[in-house]
Formats: sequence, C-alpha cells, structure tokens
Amino acid sequence: MKEIINLPVRSIEEEEYHINMGPQHPSTHGVLRLVVTLQGETVMKVQPHCGYIHRGIEKMCEKDTYQQIIHLTDRMDYLSAHINNHAVCLLVEGALEVEVPERVKYIRTIVDELNRIASHQLWWCSFGMDLGGLTCFFYGLRDREHILDIFEESFGSRLLHSYYAPGGLMQDIHPNFQKRTKDFIKYFRKKIKDYDNILSGNVIFENRSQGIGVMSKEEAINYGVCGPSGRASGWECDIRKKYPYAMYDKVDFREVLSDKGDTYARYMVRIDEMRESMKIIEQLIDNIPEGDYSVKMKPIIKLPPGEYYQRVESARGELGIYCISDGNKTPVRMKFRTPSFVNLGVLDKLSRNMKIADLVAIGASLDLVIPDIDR
Amino acid sequence: MAFNIYDFTSFTQSIDEALYEWLPPFWALIVEMTIIGLVFLIGYAIIGLFLVYAERKVCAFMQNRVGPNRVGPYGIFQTIADFIKLLMKELVYIKNSDKLLFNIAPFIVIIASFMAIAAIPFAKGLHAIDFDIGIMYVIAVTSLGVVGVLLAGWSSNNKYSLIGAMRSGAQIISYELSVGLSLLTIIVLAGTMQFSEVVELQSSGWFIFKGHIPACIAFVIFLIASTAETNRGPFDLAEAESELTAGFHTEYSGIKFAFFFLAEYMNMFIVASIAATVFLGGWMPFHIGSWEGFNYVMDFIPPLFWYFGKTAFIIWLMMWFKWTFPRLRIDQLLNLEWKYLLPINLVNILIMAFIVLMGWHF
Repeated sequence: MKEIINLPVRSIEEEEYHINMGPQHPSTHGVLRLVVTLQGETVMKVQPHCGYIHRGIEKMCEKDTYQQIIHLTDRMDYLSAHINNHAVCLLVEGALEVEVPERVKYIRTIVDELNRIASHQLWWCSFGMDLGGLTCFFYGLRDREHILDIFEESFGSRLLHSYYAPGGLMQDIHPNFQKRTKDFIKYFRKKIKDYDNILSGNVIFENRSQGIGVMSKEEAINYGVCGPSGRASGWECDIRKKYPYAMYDKVDFREVLSDKGDTYARYMVRIDEMRESMKIIEQLIDNIPEGDYSVKMKPIIKLPPGEYYQRVESARGELGIYCISDGNKTPVRMKFRTPSFVNLGVLDKLSRNMKIADLVAIGASLDLVIPDIDR
Repeated sequence: MAFNIYDFTSFTQSIDEALYEWLPPFWALIVEMTIIGLVFLIGYAIIGLFLVYAERKVCAFMQNRVGPNRVGPYGIFQTIADFIKLLMKELVYIKNSDKLLFNIAPFIVIIASFMAIAAIPFAKGLHAIDFDIGIMYVIAVTSLGVVGVLLAGWSSNNKYSLIGAMRSGAQIISYELSVGLSLLTIIVLAGTMQFSEVVELQSSGWFIFKGHIPACIAFVIFLIASTAETNRGPFDLAEAESELTAGFHTEYSGIKFAFFFLAEYMNMFIVASIAATVFLGGWMPFHIGSWEGFNYVMDFIPPLFWYFGKTAFIIWLMMWFKWTFPRLRIDQLLNLEWKYLLPINLVNILIMAFIVLMGWHF
C-alpha cells in the first residue's frame, strides 16, 4: 500500500523566497552581491557573496617592491587612499627603523584627516541617497569637490594619489596647500550645518534610523566591527588613540563614542568625526615645520627577514597590514586586514527581522567599500 | 463666435451649436468627442513634457546644479529629445512574463490619468464634461491606476517588481481613503460635488479660507495623501530606487516605460488641479468677500492664468517634498495613514459638519 505522506502545509505568508541584491544594485555601492532571504518584506537572512571585484592585490604584492605596493593599496579602499598608503609606509619605516622628518609627519596627518573628511562626505551622500533623500548626494559631493581640488593641486590626482613613499613623501606640498586647507575648514564649518538641517533633525530620517540595526558593544567586539561603526556601539577602538602614529599623540582630539549602537548613532559618530578631523587639521596646519619632505632611502628597499604588522585608522576602521619578509626586495606574503570586509560580517546579524528598507539603511551605515572587501 | 478670454462658455457653446447644425446628432457627438480627445492628447503630451522639464529644473535648483541646458535655449527641448529617444528604444520582452498583462498595464495607468482630466474645469466654460458628481468621478477614476501598477508588478515575473506592486497596492488603497475623506470635508462645506458649482461657490473667497481650520487641515491631509497616491516624494515606495531598483517598472523599457513616467507626472498634475479647484478656487480669481474694488482688479487676470498658477504652486510644493525628504518605510507609511491621518480626518469631517450646521462658515 502506498503510504500517504503528509507534507506540512505552509501558507503563503510563511513562504520564504530569495532575492539577489546586487552585483548590480543601486544601494550596494559596487559589485557586492547579497542573497537576501525574505518573508514578505521581512529579511530573514542575508548572505553576502564577495569576489566580483577581486583583483588579487595580496598576491600581486608578492612580486612587487615596497614602493610599488603603495600603488596597489590605493585601489583597495579608494576613498581613503592616503591612509592606505600611510600603512605601507609606516610598515616599511618601522621595519627599517627609519625616523621620518617632523614635516612629513605633520603633512601626513593633515592629509590623512582631509582624506577622512572626504570619505565621510561621500558616505553621507550615499547614506542620504539610500534613504531616498536624493538632495544629500549633491550637497556632499559639492563639499567633497573642495578637498579633491586641494589634493589635485598638491599631489596631481584626485582619487588615487600614491602620494606617500617609504621614508617620506613623493614631492613637497604645493605653496597654496596651507591657505586652501584653511579656507576649506572655514567653508566646511558653515556647510556641515546643512548636513544637520537636511538629515539629522528630520523626523522621517530619525524614524528610519533610530533603533534600527542595534549592535551592542559585545557584538561589536565579537564581530571585530571597528572604526566609526564600532565606536557607535561604545567600543573604544580608535587606532589613532590606542596605537598613535604620525602626529596623533601630540594633537588634541576626542574619540567620538556613542552607546546606542543603532543606525542613527553610526550616522552621528561619523558627522562628529568630521568635526574632530577639522579640529586636528586646525591644530597642525599653521605649524608645519620647515625641512625635508623625505629621507634618503635606498632605491631598492629590502626588509630584514621577519614578520611585521602595522595598523592605521582608516576612514572605515582598522586597516592592518601583515607582512612576512625573507630579506628580499619583495615580501613573501602580504595580508591586508581591511575594515570593510570585517564590518560586512555583521550585516546579517543586524538586519535579521528587519524590513528591506532597513537592510539598505544598515548596509549604508556600515559604510562598506566593495573593492576594500574583495581586494 | 465670440472668443472671450474670461468666459469660454459662449465660445464652446457656439462650436457645439454649429456642429449640431451641420451634422446629424450622432456624428456631431462623434466629431465633438474626437476634437476633445485630440485636444486632450496634445495637452497631455505638452503638460507631461513641461512637467518633466520643470521637475528637472526644480530639482537642479535644489541640488546646486544647472539642470538641462544644452538642447535648445535653457534646455527646453531636452525632454522632447528624451521622449524621441524613448520612442526609438527597443522594447525588451521578458521571458516567462505574462505577455498580455505586461502589455496592457502601462495603458491602464495612462488611461486612468487620462480619464480624470475630462472632469477638470480649466476655466469658465472650458470643461470637457461637467458631471454633477464630478469629485466622486475623479476619485473613482484615479484609483483605477493602481490596477495598472499591480498588473505591471505581477506580470513582470520579477520579485523586485512584485514587492513594489504589493507596496503600491497597500499604499494607494490606504491613502485613497484620506484623499476621499479630505475632499468629503469640502463637499460638506460646499454642498455639491459638481466642479463648476464648487468653483462658483468660491467667488466670495476660496474654501481654504471660508472653511476655518477644518478646511486647512483637510488641505494639508489632501496634500500628503495625494502625494502618496501618486507614488511620489517621500512616499515613492513602489519605485524605491535604492531598495527595489525601480519597483514595478523595473522590466519596462522604451515607450512603455515612458507611459509610466508620463502617467506619474500627469497624476501629479491632476492631483494638483483637484487641490487647486477644490481648496484654492480653481480658475476663480482671488476674491475677498465684499471688497468690490479689489475683486474687480483681480478679475482682470484671466482665469486660465489663475488656474495654472495655482496648479503650478501645488506641483512645486510636491516637488519640494520630493527633493527634501528621505523615504518612509512601508510600515511607517501605513501607520501614518491608519493611525494619524484617518482619525484626524474623521474628526475633521465632524467638526466641519458642525460648523456648516451652525452656519459659522463665511
């Protein structure tokens, strides 16, 4: 006799289905693919699939000299290219025990902070756009243009600068650099109020972001969520404070923290961080000491055999470089601990049982840069 | 045939009489319908193209941009160029889609908006058909559009489209209530649903001023609800570009996409003209009670100017919302309707009925 199997009857409301968010999707900001399991409009699970923009940067590093590696790191997190370069420079200088001139340290700190502001501005643009406020995009880009103009004048390019070199800088800053930077700070102090006016105080925006994607401090530590996203959960993870490099131990700035851990907190931390960055620049810009912009390095840099680790605070969090050298001109292994990759891990945890619109908001608030995830 | 810019009644009537003199009644009616249809078709295209251009310029103004400025002086031919481009684009047919519904959907959307124009009075006597239940007709016809949106989402065989369609179904059906109830508030005040009478009654003052606070509340609710009903501004959840790529019209290309696009702008125009007609007096000039001199001066401005001016003002308000506010989430959207707008609206109608009963209105 044929046995009758009673399959569990599931109503349409209980039925789960998948949608592919990306690789081509307006709010993944690149070629990230999220396979989202939905029940109605509620997100049940998010599975990120990386690799659509994998270029093998870590492997390419193994055949490149250290000067060449700098140019590759630009392409990881293209929005904080200077800070990525800084990490490689610090690694090489630390391994060779080279002391760079004061002038270099000052300039590096200022340029890093300018880069951080530019990165946060672009994040603000896209965050507003993901929530449907299209005007934010143009407000942010308008102000970012001023920074890119400063960069273009001094370093010759707007996005991928490769300005730092082991031992110092590629060339000295442009004579206009100080004046233009000061003008920008003056300008942006006024314009940042617009940011608050158009988004921060808006009822719809507050409803969309407050209490959405709450991440506790323990979760942030467990998932290794660093940078502004981690600090929004109250985790003091600023590398600039914990392991100071360049001029960060000599300038006065506040590590912006929040204990809410929701999307709104991540938003406010970044907005405040832009203000702190301006404060750092203001302290340094007038006192850049005279001197060389670089120390004399050998044309072919060979690191002594051993393992090295160097971390810097990029605009998205801790960027770590782990390097094994066998004494040759190229490293045996380069490993980048990129912040976006680590922060992506928590996306599934945060967006469960939220709506699709919340998933977009949470993803935007983690500030993911896709080439930084895939490398 | 007396052509008078202040009163089109004699002009339209003389055309009507002439046609009925020359032709048998049946053919006269057919010719009349054809003429009106053609006029509306041309008007539809011109208004649609103008609104697309206006939106681009307004949003450019809000976003520190220049907007279209290359094709023709100030870029006024840009939308026409875009429209020609859309006409010439390939229509992509989707495998496994429901062909019939997929093809019908854009037409339903555009027909719904087309039918609504018929009842709108543009000026005195410039009125395709003057129903005695004009307001109800417009509410009924504009809500047909949601069928097209639902079908478009359903037949595309795309999950993004389906989510968008379901969202817009929930959204439009809910906000339909607020639109209806806020108009009902004014019907209570006016005592008629005929558009021409509604406008005539406002000759001593617009309803938004005559109806005290309830009329103002109804106006604000109507603005919010009608913005939601046209899938615009902070309520564009059915499209939700950053979440659902383009929502219900993700899979449409070429001229079919243009239909949805045009219908959105026409719906905005219709909603704005209803708001202008019902709350701001339509083509009626700005009159203050018994100030004869003031009213006399105001009467010199032609009614068409008043009508389009008020409509443009409300369209500008809606564009302002769209380019300023972030988008709501679907549950917040429905909360706003069912927990706030609807109860406020119901109380508002009661207050209005009480005011009319006591004769406290102007």
